[in-house]
Amino acid sequence: MADNTNGRNLPEPRFDTFVSKATSRRNFIKGVIFSGAAASGAAYLFTIGGCSRESGSAGGVERLLTLNVNGQMRPVDVAPNETLAMTLRYRLGLTGTKLGCDRGECGACTVLVDGVASYSCSTLTHSVRSRAITTIEGLEGANGELHKVQQAMIDELGPQCGFCTPGQIMSAVALLNENPNPTRDEVRHALSGNLCRCGAYDHYLNAVMRAAGNGERLSQA
Amino acid sequence: MSKDMMSAFELYQPDTVEGAVELLGRFGADGWALAGGNDSFDWFKDRVKRPKYVVDLGGIASLKGIRETPDGGVEIGALTTLTEIERSEVIKGRYKVLADAARRVASPQIRNSGTIGGNVNQDARCWYYRYGVDCYRAGGNTCYADTPEGQNREHCLWGADRCVAVSPSDTAPALVALDATMVVLGPGGQREVKAEEFFIGPNIDIERMTVLEDGDVLTAIKLPAEWSGARFYFEKVADRNTWDFPLVNVAAAMKVSGAAGSETVDAIRIVAGAVQCVPRRLTVVEEVVRGQAKTAETASLAGQSAVRGATPLNFNHFKIPLLQNLVTRAIRDA
Repeated sequence: MADNTNGRNLPEPRFDTFVSKATSRRNFIKGVIFSGAAASGAAYLFTIGGCSRESGSAGGVERLLTLNVNGQMRPVDVAPNETLAMTLRYRLGLTGTKLGCDRGECGACTVLVDGVASYSCSTLTHSVRSRAITTIEGLEGANGELHKVQQAMIDELGPQCGFCTPGQIMSAVALLNENPNPTRDEVRHALSGNLCRCGAYDHYLNAVMRAAGNGERLSQA
Repeated sequence: MSKDMMSAFELYQPDTVEGAVELLGRFGADGWALAGGNDSFDWFKDRVKRPKYVVDLGGIASLKGIRETPDGGVEIGALTTLTEIERSEVIKGRYKVLADAARRVASPQIRNSGTIGGNVNQDARCWYYRYGVDCYRAGGNTCYADTPEGQNREHCLWGADRCVAVSPSDTAPALVALDATMVVLGPGGQREVKAEEFFIGPNIDIERMTVLEDGDVLTAIKLPAEWSGARFYFEKVADRNTWDFPLVNVAAAMKVSGAAGSETVDAIRIVAGAVQCVPRRLTVVEEVVRGQAKTAETASLAGQSAVRGATPLNFNHFKIPLLQNLVTRAIRDA
Protein backbone atom coordinates (compact mmCIF):
# COMPACT_ATOMS: atom_id res chain seq x y z
CA MET A 1 0.00 0.00 0.00
CA ALA A 2 2.80 2.37 0.89
CA ASP A 3 4.21 2.76 -2.60
CA ASN A 4 1.24 2.33 -4.87
CA THR A 5 -0.93 5.39 -4.28
CA ASN A 6 -1.91 7.54 -7.17
CA GLY A 7 -0.14 10.53 -5.70
CA ARG A 8 3.22 8.85 -5.34
CA ASN A 9 3.27 7.38 -8.81
CA LEU A 10 2.76 10.65 -10.64
CA PRO A 11 5.17 10.63 -13.57
CA GLU A 12 6.24 14.19 -12.80
CA PRO A 13 5.61 16.69 -10.02
CA ARG A 14 2.66 18.93 -10.47
CA PHE A 15 4.62 22.06 -11.30
CA ASP A 16 6.17 20.40 -14.32
CA THR A 17 2.71 19.79 -15.70
CA PHE A 18 2.26 23.54 -15.97
CA VAL A 19 5.16 23.62 -18.40
CA SER A 20 3.86 20.82 -20.56
CA LYS A 21 0.36 22.23 -20.52
CA ALA A 22 1.63 25.64 -21.56
CA THR A 23 3.22 24.02 -24.58
CA SER A 24 0.11 22.20 -25.63
CA ARG A 25 -1.94 25.33 -25.13
CA ARG A 26 0.44 27.28 -27.32
CA ASN A 27 0.12 24.63 -30.01
CA PHE A 28 -3.60 24.77 -29.68
CA ILE A 29 -3.64 28.54 -30.11
CA LYS A 30 -1.53 28.22 -33.25
CA GLY A 31 -3.97 25.62 -34.47
CA VAL A 32 -7.03 27.79 -34.09
CA ILE A 33 -5.30 30.76 -35.72
CA PHE A 34 -4.54 28.71 -38.81
CA SER A 35 -7.99 27.21 -38.94
CA GLY A 36 -9.54 30.61 -38.46
CA ALA A 37 -11.67 29.43 -35.56
CA ALA A 38 -10.48 31.79 -32.88
CA ALA A 39 -11.90 31.52 -29.41
CA SER A 40 -11.81 34.43 -27.02
CA GLY A 41 -11.20 34.28 -23.30
CA ALA A 42 -8.90 31.93 -21.46
CA ALA A 43 -11.83 29.94 -20.14
CA TYR A 44 -12.70 28.94 -23.68
CA LEU A 45 -9.34 27.46 -24.52
CA PHE A 46 -10.84 24.01 -24.30
CA THR A 47 -10.53 21.66 -27.17
CA ILE A 48 -12.08 18.31 -27.75
CA GLY A 49 -8.87 17.36 -29.51
CA GLY A 50 -7.19 17.73 -26.13
CA CYS A 51 -8.38 14.34 -25.03
CA SER A 52 -7.17 12.38 -28.01
CA ARG A 53 -3.83 14.17 -28.02
CA GLU A 54 -3.10 12.41 -24.77
CA SER A 55 -2.94 9.19 -26.73
CA GLY A 56 0.31 8.22 -25.01
CA SER A 57 -1.64 7.09 -21.97
CA ALA A 58 -4.32 4.45 -21.66
CA GLY A 59 -7.85 4.97 -22.88
CA GLY A 60 -9.10 7.89 -24.91
CA VAL A 61 -11.03 5.82 -27.44
CA GLU A 62 -14.05 7.72 -28.69
CA ARG A 63 -17.29 5.82 -28.98
CA LEU A 64 -20.37 6.63 -30.99
CA LEU A 65 -23.31 7.32 -28.68
CA THR A 66 -26.83 8.42 -29.42
CA LEU A 67 -27.76 11.14 -26.97
CA ASN A 68 -31.30 12.29 -26.32
CA VAL A 69 -30.82 16.07 -26.33
CA ASN A 70 -33.83 18.37 -26.32
CA GLY A 71 -36.02 15.55 -27.60
CA GLN A 72 -33.79 14.77 -30.57
CA MET A 73 -31.67 11.64 -30.88
CA ARG A 74 -28.20 12.96 -31.69
CA PRO A 75 -25.42 10.56 -32.74
CA VAL A 76 -22.08 11.82 -31.49
CA ASP A 77 -18.54 10.51 -30.91
CA VAL A 78 -17.64 10.85 -27.24
CA ALA A 79 -14.33 10.30 -25.45
CA PRO A 80 -14.41 8.50 -22.06
CA ASN A 81 -13.10 11.56 -20.22
CA GLU A 82 -15.48 13.99 -21.92
CA THR A 83 -17.90 16.01 -19.83
CA LEU A 84 -21.45 16.68 -20.93
CA ALA A 85 -20.66 20.40 -21.15
CA MET A 86 -17.89 19.63 -23.65
CA THR A 87 -20.11 17.38 -25.73
CA LEU A 88 -22.96 19.88 -25.82
CA ARG A 89 -20.82 22.89 -26.66
CA TYR A 90 -18.08 21.54 -28.87
CA ARG A 91 -19.60 18.46 -30.51
CA LEU A 92 -23.25 19.43 -30.80
CA GLY A 93 -22.84 23.20 -31.11
CA LEU A 94 -25.24 23.91 -28.26
CA THR A 95 -23.30 26.86 -26.89
CA GLY A 96 -26.19 28.18 -24.82
CA THR A 97 -24.80 26.04 -22.01
CA LYS A 98 -21.93 28.08 -20.56
CA LEU A 99 -18.70 26.95 -18.97
CA GLY A 100 -17.80 29.23 -16.08
CA CYS A 101 -15.52 27.47 -13.62
CA ASP A 102 -15.57 23.91 -15.05
CA ARG A 103 -15.40 22.76 -11.41
CA GLY A 104 -19.02 22.55 -10.25
CA GLU A 105 -18.61 25.80 -8.34
CA CYS A 106 -20.63 28.31 -10.38
CA GLY A 107 -23.67 26.72 -12.05
CA ALA A 108 -23.31 28.35 -15.49
CA CYS A 109 -23.28 24.88 -17.11
CA THR A 110 -26.55 23.71 -15.48
CA VAL A 111 -28.70 21.47 -17.70
CA LEU A 112 -31.53 19.07 -16.95
CA VAL A 113 -30.84 15.34 -16.90
CA ASP A 114 -34.18 13.52 -16.76
CA GLY A 115 -35.59 16.80 -15.46
CA VAL A 116 -33.04 17.13 -12.64
CA ALA A 117 -30.74 20.17 -12.56
CA SER A 118 -27.16 19.00 -13.03
CA TYR A 119 -23.76 20.57 -13.57
CA SER A 120 -22.86 19.43 -17.09
CA CYS A 121 -19.17 20.22 -16.39
CA SER A 122 -19.21 17.57 -13.67
CA THR A 123 -21.07 14.85 -15.57
CA LEU A 124 -19.42 12.35 -17.88
CA THR A 125 -21.32 12.19 -21.16
CA HIS A 126 -21.01 8.39 -21.14
CA SER A 127 -22.91 8.26 -17.85
CA VAL A 128 -26.02 9.98 -19.30
CA ARG A 129 -26.31 8.13 -22.58
CA SER A 130 -29.71 6.66 -21.75
CA ARG A 131 -31.09 9.84 -20.15
CA ALA A 132 -33.08 12.78 -21.51
CA ILE A 133 -30.97 15.94 -21.57
CA THR A 134 -32.53 19.38 -21.80
CA THR A 135 -30.47 22.49 -22.47
CA ILE A 136 -31.49 26.13 -22.67
CA GLU A 137 -31.98 25.61 -26.43
CA GLY A 138 -34.64 23.00 -25.70
CA LEU A 139 -36.95 25.23 -23.69
CA GLU A 140 -38.68 27.03 -26.54
CA GLY A 141 -42.22 26.06 -27.47
CA ALA A 142 -43.42 24.36 -30.64
CA ASN A 143 -43.64 27.68 -32.50
CA GLY A 144 -40.39 29.07 -31.19
CA GLU A 145 -41.98 31.05 -28.38
CA LEU A 146 -39.93 31.56 -25.25
CA HIS A 147 -40.45 29.44 -22.14
CA LYS A 148 -42.33 31.33 -19.46
CA VAL A 149 -39.17 31.57 -17.34
CA GLN A 150 -37.26 33.05 -20.27
CA GLN A 151 -40.04 35.54 -20.98
CA ALA A 152 -40.22 36.50 -17.31
CA MET A 153 -36.45 37.10 -17.31
CA ILE A 154 -36.97 39.68 -20.06
CA ASP A 155 -40.01 41.24 -18.40
CA GLU A 156 -38.25 41.56 -15.05
CA LEU A 157 -34.88 42.61 -16.53
CA GLY A 158 -33.48 39.56 -14.73
CA PRO A 159 -29.98 39.28 -16.15
CA GLN A 160 -27.30 41.94 -16.16
CA CYS A 161 -24.38 40.58 -18.22
CA GLY A 162 -26.30 37.39 -18.96
CA PHE A 163 -23.51 34.83 -18.73
CA CYS A 164 -25.00 32.90 -15.82
CA THR A 165 -28.58 33.29 -17.11
CA PRO A 166 -28.95 29.99 -19.00
CA GLY A 167 -27.88 28.11 -15.87
CA GLN A 168 -30.18 30.16 -13.65
CA ILE A 169 -33.07 29.50 -16.02
CA MET A 170 -32.44 25.75 -16.09
CA SER A 171 -32.43 25.62 -12.27
CA ALA A 172 -35.65 27.63 -12.21
CA VAL A 173 -37.31 25.37 -14.79
CA ALA A 174 -36.35 22.28 -12.78
CA LEU A 175 -37.93 23.85 -9.71
CA LEU A 176 -41.16 24.95 -11.42
CA ASN A 177 -41.64 21.54 -13.05
CA GLU A 178 -41.61 20.03 -9.59
CA ASN A 179 -43.18 22.85 -7.59
CA PRO A 180 -45.22 25.20 -9.82
CA ASN A 181 -46.10 27.53 -6.97
CA PRO A 182 -42.92 28.08 -4.94
CA THR A 183 -42.34 30.62 -2.21
CA ARG A 184 -39.59 33.16 -2.67
CA ASP A 185 -37.44 31.22 -0.21
CA GLU A 186 -37.95 28.00 -2.14
CA VAL A 187 -36.80 29.77 -5.31
CA ARG A 188 -33.81 31.17 -3.46
CA HIS A 189 -32.90 27.67 -2.33
CA ALA A 190 -33.36 26.20 -5.82
CA LEU A 191 -31.12 28.85 -7.40
CA SER A 192 -28.49 28.66 -4.64
CA GLY A 193 -26.25 26.50 -6.84
CA ASN A 194 -25.91 29.25 -9.46
CA LEU A 195 -23.52 32.15 -8.94
CA CYS A 196 -24.11 35.58 -10.48
CA ARG A 197 -21.09 37.88 -10.43
CA CYS A 198 -23.26 40.87 -11.37
CA GLY A 199 -25.23 40.20 -8.19
CA ALA A 200 -28.56 40.21 -10.00
CA TYR A 201 -29.96 37.61 -7.63
CA ASP A 202 -33.01 39.58 -6.61
CA HIS A 203 -33.91 40.25 -10.24
CA TYR A 204 -33.67 36.54 -10.95
CA LEU A 205 -35.94 35.83 -8.01
CA ASN A 206 -38.44 38.41 -9.29
CA ALA A 207 -38.42 36.76 -12.70
CA VAL A 208 -38.95 33.25 -11.38
CA MET A 209 -41.78 34.43 -9.12
CA ARG A 210 -43.38 36.12 -12.13
CA ALA A 211 -42.98 32.98 -14.22
CA ALA A 212 -44.70 31.02 -11.46
CA GLY A 213 -47.62 33.42 -11.65
CA ASN A 214 -46.69 34.84 -8.29
CA GLY A 215 -45.83 38.30 -9.55
CA GLU A 216 -48.23 39.89 -7.11
CA ARG A 217 -46.18 38.39 -4.28
CA LEU A 218 -43.03 40.23 -5.36
CA SER A 219 -43.56 42.85 -2.71
CA GLN A 220 -42.97 40.23 -0.04
CA ALA A 221 -39.26 40.37 -0.80
CA MET B 1 -5.84 29.57 -13.38
CA SER B 2 -6.96 28.13 -16.66
CA LYS B 3 -6.97 24.35 -16.78
CA ASP B 4 -7.08 21.82 -19.54
CA MET B 5 -9.31 18.78 -20.00
CA MET B 6 -9.03 15.73 -17.83
CA SER B 7 -6.23 13.43 -18.90
CA ALA B 8 -7.33 10.35 -20.76
CA PHE B 9 -8.57 7.20 -19.04
CA GLU B 10 -10.41 4.05 -19.95
CA LEU B 11 -13.97 4.09 -18.65
CA TYR B 12 -15.69 0.97 -17.36
CA GLN B 13 -19.39 0.98 -16.53
CA PRO B 14 -20.21 -2.33 -14.85
CA ASP B 15 -23.80 -3.39 -14.12
CA THR B 16 -23.01 -5.32 -10.95
CA VAL B 17 -21.05 -4.49 -7.84
CA GLU B 18 -19.19 -7.80 -8.14
CA GLY B 19 -18.06 -6.72 -11.59
CA ALA B 20 -16.88 -3.38 -10.21
CA VAL B 21 -14.91 -5.05 -7.41
CA GLU B 22 -13.33 -7.47 -9.87
CA LEU B 23 -12.26 -4.60 -12.16
CA LEU B 24 -10.96 -2.44 -9.31
CA GLY B 25 -9.06 -5.38 -7.85
CA ARG B 26 -7.46 -6.03 -11.22
CA PHE B 27 -6.47 -2.37 -11.79
CA GLY B 28 -5.13 -1.79 -8.28
CA ALA B 29 -3.48 1.61 -7.89
CA ASP B 30 -4.18 2.47 -11.55
CA GLY B 31 -7.94 2.19 -10.97
CA TRP B 32 -10.41 4.70 -9.58
CA ALA B 33 -13.93 4.08 -8.28
CA LEU B 34 -16.23 6.86 -9.52
CA ALA B 35 -19.51 7.68 -7.79
CA GLY B 36 -21.07 11.11 -8.43
CA GLY B 37 -17.73 12.44 -9.62
CA ASN B 38 -17.92 15.82 -7.92
CA ASP B 39 -14.68 15.18 -6.03
CA SER B 40 -13.03 12.94 -8.62
CA PHE B 41 -13.31 15.32 -11.57
CA ASP B 42 -11.55 18.11 -9.66
CA TRP B 43 -8.58 15.82 -9.17
CA PHE B 44 -8.64 14.72 -12.82
CA LYS B 45 -9.02 18.22 -14.26
CA ASP B 46 -6.21 19.53 -12.10
CA ARG B 47 -4.12 16.56 -13.30
CA VAL B 48 -3.10 15.83 -9.74
CA LYS B 49 -4.56 12.32 -9.90
CA ARG B 50 -4.42 10.53 -13.20
CA PRO B 51 -5.91 7.04 -12.98
CA LYS B 52 -5.64 4.91 -16.11
CA TYR B 53 -8.91 3.10 -15.47
CA VAL B 54 -12.06 4.69 -14.09
CA VAL B 55 -14.84 2.39 -12.91
CA ASP B 56 -18.16 4.25 -12.94
CA LEU B 57 -20.41 2.78 -10.23
CA GLY B 58 -23.38 4.91 -11.35
CA GLY B 59 -25.01 2.16 -13.42
CA ILE B 60 -25.22 -0.39 -10.60
CA ALA B 61 -28.88 -0.49 -9.56
CA SER B 62 -28.26 -2.56 -6.41
CA LEU B 63 -26.19 0.28 -4.92
CA LYS B 64 -29.12 2.69 -4.99
CA GLY B 65 -32.12 3.27 -2.82
CA ILE B 66 -33.28 3.45 0.78
CA ARG B 67 -34.73 0.25 2.28
CA GLU B 68 -36.24 -0.49 5.67
CA THR B 69 -34.74 -3.70 7.03
CA PRO B 70 -36.45 -6.49 9.03
CA ASP B 71 -34.42 -5.64 12.16
CA GLY B 72 -36.10 -2.23 12.30
CA GLY B 73 -33.21 -0.31 10.82
CA VAL B 74 -32.68 1.30 7.43
CA GLU B 75 -30.16 0.44 4.73
CA ILE B 76 -29.01 3.12 2.31
CA GLY B 77 -27.28 2.12 -0.91
CA ALA B 78 -23.94 3.89 -1.22
CA LEU B 79 -24.86 5.39 -4.61
CA THR B 80 -28.06 6.97 -3.29
CA THR B 81 -27.92 10.69 -4.01
CA LEU B 82 -27.85 13.28 -1.25
CA THR B 83 -31.06 14.78 -2.68
CA GLU B 84 -32.85 11.44 -2.29
CA ILE B 85 -31.67 11.22 1.32
CA GLU B 86 -32.63 14.82 2.03
CA ARG B 87 -36.15 14.19 0.69
CA SER B 88 -36.72 10.63 1.89
CA GLU B 89 -39.75 10.40 4.18
CA VAL B 90 -38.13 7.48 6.01
CA ILE B 91 -34.91 9.36 6.71
CA LYS B 92 -36.69 12.60 7.56
CA GLY B 93 -39.07 10.77 9.86
CA ARG B 94 -36.67 8.42 11.63
CA TYR B 95 -33.13 9.73 11.20
CA LYS B 96 -33.65 13.44 10.66
CA VAL B 97 -30.05 14.30 11.57
CA LEU B 98 -28.90 12.60 8.37
CA ALA B 99 -31.49 14.38 6.19
CA ASP B 100 -30.47 17.70 7.77
CA ALA B 101 -26.79 16.97 7.15
CA ALA B 102 -27.40 15.92 3.53
CA ARG B 103 -29.35 19.13 2.92
CA ARG B 104 -26.35 21.21 3.99
CA VAL B 105 -23.90 19.63 1.54
CA ALA B 106 -22.56 21.87 -1.24
CA SER B 107 -25.26 23.06 -3.70
CA PRO B 108 -28.55 21.65 -5.05
CA GLN B 109 -26.96 20.43 -8.28
CA ILE B 110 -24.13 18.75 -6.40
CA ARG B 111 -26.63 17.05 -4.08
CA ASN B 112 -28.55 15.88 -7.18
CA SER B 113 -25.54 13.95 -8.47
CA GLY B 114 -23.46 13.56 -5.31
CA THR B 115 -23.90 10.31 -3.40
CA ILE B 116 -23.73 9.39 0.27
CA GLY B 117 -20.91 6.96 -0.50
CA GLY B 118 -18.97 9.63 -2.36
CA ASN B 119 -19.61 12.15 0.37
CA VAL B 120 -18.09 9.98 3.09
CA ASN B 121 -15.20 8.87 0.87
CA GLN B 122 -14.23 12.31 -0.44
CA ASP B 123 -10.62 13.29 -0.01
CA ALA B 124 -9.17 16.01 2.24
CA ARG B 125 -9.77 19.61 1.22
CA CYS B 126 -6.41 20.99 2.40
CA TRP B 127 -5.62 23.39 -0.40
CA TYR B 128 -1.91 22.60 -0.41
CA TYR B 129 -2.71 18.93 -0.92
CA ARG B 130 -5.32 19.78 -3.56
CA TYR B 131 -2.83 21.99 -5.35
CA GLY B 132 -0.70 18.96 -6.02
CA VAL B 133 2.36 19.70 -3.89
CA ASP B 134 4.39 16.80 -2.50
CA CYS B 135 3.00 16.98 1.02
CA TYR B 136 2.91 14.05 3.44
CA ARG B 137 -0.57 13.06 2.31
CA ALA B 138 0.60 13.03 -1.31
CA GLY B 139 3.55 10.81 -0.42
CA GLY B 140 6.12 13.53 0.23
CA ASN B 141 7.82 14.62 3.44
CA THR B 142 6.55 18.15 4.14
CA CYS B 143 3.39 19.73 5.49
CA TYR B 144 2.78 23.10 3.87
CA ALA B 145 -0.22 23.98 6.03
CA ASP B 146 1.45 23.64 9.43
CA THR B 147 4.21 26.23 9.00
CA PRO B 148 4.46 29.77 10.45
CA GLU B 149 3.04 31.23 7.23
CA GLY B 150 0.86 28.25 6.26
CA GLN B 151 -2.80 29.11 5.80
CA ASN B 152 -4.51 26.67 8.12
CA ARG B 153 -7.77 28.41 9.04
CA GLU B 154 -9.73 25.33 7.93
CA HIS B 155 -7.43 22.77 9.52
CA CYS B 156 -7.53 20.59 12.61
CA LEU B 157 -7.72 21.07 16.37
CA TRP B 158 -6.95 17.45 17.22
CA GLY B 159 -5.09 14.47 15.85
CA ALA B 160 -2.35 16.26 13.92
CA ASP B 161 0.29 13.78 12.83
CA ARG B 162 2.45 15.39 10.13
CA CYS B 163 -0.84 16.12 8.24
CA VAL B 164 -3.32 18.66 9.71
CA ALA B 165 -6.19 18.17 7.23
CA VAL B 166 -9.73 17.60 8.51
CA SER B 167 -12.66 15.38 7.59
CA PRO B 168 -14.66 17.55 5.14
CA SER B 169 -17.91 15.60 5.13
CA ASP B 170 -21.24 16.83 6.49
CA THR B 171 -22.90 13.43 6.46
CA ALA B 172 -20.03 11.56 8.17
CA PRO B 173 -20.62 13.09 11.65
CA ALA B 174 -24.33 12.30 11.32
CA LEU B 175 -23.54 8.67 10.43
CA VAL B 176 -21.18 8.31 13.40
CA ALA B 177 -23.79 9.91 15.68
CA LEU B 178 -26.34 7.36 14.42
CA ASP B 179 -23.86 4.52 15.07
CA ALA B 180 -24.14 3.47 11.43
CA THR B 181 -22.45 0.42 9.95
CA MET B 182 -20.62 0.58 6.63
CA VAL B 183 -20.87 -2.45 4.34
CA VAL B 184 -17.74 -2.94 2.25
CA LEU B 185 -17.26 -5.39 -0.62
CA GLY B 186 -13.68 -6.12 -1.60
CA PRO B 187 -11.59 -8.75 -3.34
CA GLY B 188 -11.61 -10.73 -0.07
CA GLY B 189 -15.39 -10.67 0.29
CA GLN B 190 -17.84 -8.58 2.26
CA ARG B 191 -17.14 -7.00 5.64
CA GLU B 192 -18.90 -4.58 7.94
CA VAL B 193 -17.20 -1.69 9.68
CA LYS B 194 -18.66 0.68 12.26
CA ALA B 195 -18.81 4.24 10.91
CA GLU B 196 -16.66 5.30 13.84
CA GLU B 197 -13.88 2.96 12.69
CA PHE B 198 -14.43 3.53 8.97
CA PHE B 199 -12.62 6.87 9.05
CA ILE B 200 -8.91 6.81 9.81
CA GLY B 201 -6.42 9.48 10.75
CA PRO B 202 -2.89 10.17 9.51
CA ASN B 203 -1.48 8.14 12.41
CA ILE B 204 -2.97 5.02 10.82
CA ASP B 205 -2.46 5.83 7.14
CA ILE B 206 -1.55 9.32 6.04
CA GLU B 207 -2.57 8.73 2.42
CA ARG B 208 -6.13 7.48 3.01
CA MET B 209 -9.06 8.87 4.96
CA THR B 210 -11.06 5.66 5.24
CA VAL B 211 -10.34 1.97 5.70
CA LEU B 212 -11.13 1.33 2.02
CA GLU B 213 -8.19 -0.10 0.11
CA ASP B 214 -7.66 -0.58 -3.61
CA GLY B 215 -10.45 -2.79 -4.91
CA ASP B 216 -12.85 -2.08 -2.03
CA VAL B 217 -16.28 -0.59 -2.70
CA LEU B 218 -18.56 0.83 -0.01
CA THR B 219 -21.87 -0.76 -0.99
CA ALA B 220 -24.33 0.28 1.73
CA ILE B 221 -24.75 2.10 5.01
CA LYS B 222 -26.93 0.57 7.72
CA LEU B 223 -28.66 2.75 10.28
CA PRO B 224 -29.55 0.82 13.45
CA ALA B 225 -33.06 0.72 14.89
CA GLU B 226 -31.60 1.87 18.20
CA TRP B 227 -31.47 5.53 17.23
CA SER B 228 -34.59 5.61 15.07
CA GLY B 229 -36.82 8.51 16.06
CA ALA B 230 -34.43 9.87 18.69
CA ARG B 231 -33.93 13.58 19.36
CA PHE B 232 -31.48 15.00 16.84
CA TYR B 233 -29.42 18.09 16.22
CA PHE B 234 -27.31 19.09 13.23
CA GLU B 235 -25.62 22.40 12.63
CA LYS B 236 -22.96 23.40 10.15
CA VAL B 237 -21.05 26.66 10.06
CA ALA B 238 -19.33 27.53 6.79
CA ASP B 239 -18.16 30.72 5.13
CA ARG B 240 -21.06 30.57 2.65
CA ASN B 241 -24.29 28.65 2.99
CA THR B 242 -23.84 27.07 -0.44
CA TRP B 243 -20.85 25.07 -1.70
CA ASP B 244 -18.53 25.63 1.22
CA PHE B 245 -17.18 22.84 3.37
CA PRO B 246 -17.78 23.07 7.11
CA LEU B 247 -15.55 25.14 9.35
CA VAL B 248 -17.16 23.08 12.11
CA ASN B 249 -20.28 20.93 12.07
CA VAL B 250 -21.96 19.06 14.90
CA ALA B 251 -24.35 16.10 14.78
CA ALA B 252 -26.07 14.69 17.86
CA ALA B 253 -28.53 11.90 18.64
CA MET B 254 -30.11 11.93 22.08
CA LYS B 255 -32.71 10.02 24.08
CA VAL B 256 -34.46 11.80 26.89
CA SER B 257 -37.08 10.91 29.51
CA GLY B 258 -39.27 12.96 31.79
CA ALA B 259 -41.73 15.75 31.23
CA ALA B 260 -40.95 18.67 28.96
CA GLY B 261 -38.98 21.23 30.92
CA SER B 262 -37.48 18.71 33.33
CA GLU B 263 -36.02 16.15 30.95
CA THR B 264 -33.12 13.86 31.69
CA VAL B 265 -30.66 12.74 29.04
CA ASP B 266 -30.63 8.94 29.04
CA ALA B 267 -28.37 8.32 26.08
CA ILE B 268 -26.40 10.47 23.68
CA ARG B 269 -23.94 10.30 20.82
CA ILE B 270 -22.44 13.58 19.65
CA VAL B 271 -19.89 14.07 16.89
CA ALA B 272 -18.06 17.06 15.42
CA GLY B 273 -16.73 17.35 11.86
CA ALA B 274 -13.92 19.47 10.40
CA VAL B 275 -11.94 19.55 13.68
CA GLN B 276 -9.91 16.37 13.14
CA CYS B 277 -9.00 14.08 10.25
CA VAL B 278 -11.89 11.83 11.29
CA PRO B 279 -15.36 12.80 12.53
CA ARG B 280 -14.57 13.43 16.21
CA ARG B 281 -16.85 11.62 18.61
CA LEU B 282 -17.10 13.83 21.67
CA THR B 283 -17.07 11.08 24.30
CA VAL B 284 -16.24 13.53 27.10
CA VAL B 285 -19.38 15.50 26.30
CA GLU B 286 -21.41 12.29 26.25
CA GLU B 287 -20.11 11.40 29.72
CA VAL B 288 -20.78 14.89 31.06
CA VAL B 289 -24.35 14.92 29.75
CA ARG B 290 -25.52 11.33 30.23
CA GLY B 291 -27.89 10.97 33.16
CA GLN B 292 -28.04 14.73 33.71
CA ALA B 293 -30.98 17.10 33.55
CA LYS B 294 -31.25 18.69 30.10
CA THR B 295 -30.70 22.23 31.31
CA ALA B 296 -28.83 25.30 30.12
CA GLU B 297 -26.23 24.56 32.79
CA THR B 298 -25.60 21.05 31.47
CA ALA B 299 -25.42 22.40 27.94
CA SER B 300 -22.89 25.03 28.96
CA LEU B 301 -20.77 22.45 30.76
CA ALA B 302 -20.97 20.20 27.70
CA GLY B 303 -19.71 23.00 25.47
CA GLN B 304 -16.77 23.66 27.77
CA SER B 305 -15.84 20.00 27.95
CA ALA B 306 -16.04 19.62 24.16
CA VAL B 307 -12.99 21.77 23.54
CA ARG B 308 -10.71 20.36 26.23
CA GLY B 309 -7.34 19.45 24.77
CA ALA B 310 -7.88 21.31 21.51
CA THR B 311 -4.54 22.30 19.96
CA PRO B 312 -5.09 25.13 17.50
CA LEU B 313 -2.74 25.99 14.64
CA ASN B 314 -1.81 29.58 13.76
CA PHE B 315 -5.06 30.61 12.10
CA ASN B 316 -7.80 28.36 13.43
CA HIS B 317 -8.19 29.42 17.06
CA PHE B 318 -11.70 30.60 16.19
CA LYS B 319 -12.79 26.99 15.84
CA ILE B 320 -12.55 26.49 19.61
CA PRO B 321 -15.35 28.90 20.67
CA LEU B 322 -17.25 27.89 17.53
CA LEU B 323 -17.22 24.21 18.52
CA GLN B 324 -18.01 25.09 22.12
CA ASN B 325 -21.08 27.09 21.08
CA LEU B 326 -22.31 24.48 18.61
CA VAL B 327 -22.09 21.75 21.25
CA THR B 328 -23.85 23.93 23.81
CA ARG B 329 -26.66 24.56 21.35
CA ALA B 330 -26.84 20.88 20.40
CA ILE B 331 -27.41 19.84 24.01
CA ARG B 332 -29.78 22.71 24.70
CA ASP B 333 -31.88 22.46 21.51
CA ALA B 334 -31.87 18.76 20.56
